[in-house]
Amino acid sequence: MTAYVDAAPAGGPVPAGGEVLAIETVGLVKRFGSTVAVDGVDLRIPVGGVHGFLGPNGAGKTTTIRVLATLLRPDGGSARVFGHDVVTDADAVRARVSLTGQFASLDEDLTGAENLLLLARLLGYSRASARTRADQLLSAFGLTAAAGRQVKQYSGGMRRRIDIAASIVVRPDLVFLDEPTTGLDPRSRNQVWDVVRALVAGGTTVLLTTQYLDEADQLADRISVIDTGRVIAEGTPGELKASVGSGTLHVRVLDPARRPEARQLLERVLGVPVTEDGDPAALTARVPDGAPTARALTALEEAGLPLAQFALGQPSLDEVFLALTGRPADRTPDPEEQP
Amino acid sequence: MTTLDGTRPAVPAAPDTAAVLAALGSGERPRPQGPLAASTTFGWRTLLRIKHVPEQLFDVTVFPVMLTLIFAYLFGGALAGSVEAYVQFFLPGILVQSILMITMYTGVALNTDIEKGVLDRIRSLPVWRPSALVGALLGDVVRFVLASAVVLCLGLVLGFRPGGGLSGVLAAVGLLLVFAFALGWIWTYLALRLRTPQAVMGWSMMVLMPLTFGSNIFVDPATMPGWLQAVVAVNPVSSLVTAVRGLVHGEAAGSDVLLVLGWAVALVAVLGPLTMRRYGNRA
Repeated sequence: MTAYVDAAPAGGPVPAGGEVLAIETVGLVKRFGSTVAVDGVDLRIPVGGVHGFLGPNGAGKTTTIRVLATLLRPDGGSARVFGHDVVTDADAVRARVSLTGQFASLDEDLTGAENLLLLARLLGYSRASARTRADQLLSAFGLTAAAGRQVKQYSGGMRRRIDIAASIVVRPDLVFLDEPTTGLDPRSRNQVWDVVRALVAGGTTVLLTTQYLDEADQLADRISVIDTGRVIAEGTPGELKASVGSGTLHVRVLDPARRPEARQLLERVLGVPVTEDGDPAALTARVPDGAPTARALTALEEAGLPLAQFALGQPSLDEVFLALTGRPADRTPDPEEQP
Repeated sequence: MTTLDGTRPAVPAAPDTAAVLAALGSGERPRPQGPLAASTTFGWRTLLRIKHVPEQLFDVTVFPVMLTLIFAYLFGGALAGSVEAYVQFFLPGILVQSILMITMYTGVALNTDIEKGVLDRIRSLPVWRPSALVGALLGDVVRFVLASAVVLCLGLVLGFRPGGGLSGVLAAVGLLLVFAFALGWIWTYLALRLRTPQAVMGWSMMVLMPLTFGSNIFVDPATMPGWLQAVVAVNPVSSLVTAVRGLVHGEAAGSDVLLVLGWAVALVAVLGPLTMRRYGNRA
């Protein structure tokens, strides 16, 4: 079950019209032993905005990003970042990209300030201007009070902030943002989202990987869905949702014992498959445009099957994911099993 | 926003989006550090780590003291008649043994960096790639110097009298540091191949134990069986110990010094490229 929404055209290394893409891969392949982690990924990601990378653990997201960041050499195909080949022109790529999160950690034994100083020095700041830059970033990220503390003592939210601060010591043209809000409370999550929007406003292209579909929905201009080493769909969040069907009907019957009856009736009237959810009273159906949804609900009532709740909405990205991969986004294989 | 008594509420620590934007706009885009400067910066990081995790100095101070005391007092009498007599022979050897044993922590530290993902950030920086490893090895030289000082001071207390004087001792320590730096590339290579710091430690011990004990550190090889003498003779650690003994006691050691320098160059020439190939494409 694959759906190509506005699939990337197969193109050569030179972008049409001379426009330089932030990321362009053609048939990218990376193997680990007999495991094919990335199996022919084609990406054309324009400069600017947030591009979401969605997929279960082991889908090949991380491997693709590690190739794009010059940490791994591809086994096949090609990858260019701002027109620079990741293998033959790796230094030029490194000068323009930054990694965050699981992709690249800070030294936990050093303080936040020392980590920033170290990076600023390596990136070419003089001793004095490195100090100024570190102070400026610490203050912008609300970390001045924690500047002298070891990073391992930081809270989850502070950790993400110092992490993002570290990746913008020199303003990168492309940031690989790895699950930036996993495990954060809602307030810290909103703060990180604000920072991501600030990055984009500052002209940086962000490649965001996430398992939270609402995060991709909130931030991403376009999304690539990756599964088993391939891009299985690509488009705006709206396009992806539209590709699945115009809406999703959720109903909860009052008497769970009569759910199978309600299911049969709905399937007959709607003419689409209806699935039984984990909730013993709930049923879900993807309803195409113009489906007789109202008639189906009325039929339930006429058959003496009262409902506790019903809702008709756009499919969530979770449902998109389910439709594309045949399994829910959160029931992902163990990352240890699939490198 | 003001509260009832007119004071401003405490500002929660939070990123200031406007300031983040300002920081993004105002940063410099300087040229990244060159190979030498970057190596020095990575060396500085190793020193910062010593400041924050001083426990790692335990290995370079207590361990050599323990080794020296155990061998001098337990075996000194049996091996050379008296502690003083044995110390003259044994101290240069235990100096070598102590430094070589602690070189393996370079590999352990590198593997920890890999495990924690620090290496991936370092590898994604636009600086000369070997600088992280060269810097770590250079930073560790500070630990080696400290351990050498501890062993030499203890030796002086135990009656060690270097005939070569200060200059002889400094030359010996210098040669030892060069060899230790070169040997470090074995551990960086292992660190890039093995999965855990514990595995690096285990493998390092497996290499170091025969290398140091199968040498002329503890006893004169003349007392060993013939096949073992042959092994000891080709062991680079034996050449190193002979050279260090010669230098501290002010005896001619030219050919051994050259041999040790040759070994050091060979180690770096072979393991440096192997390590860097591994470093460039680590999964």
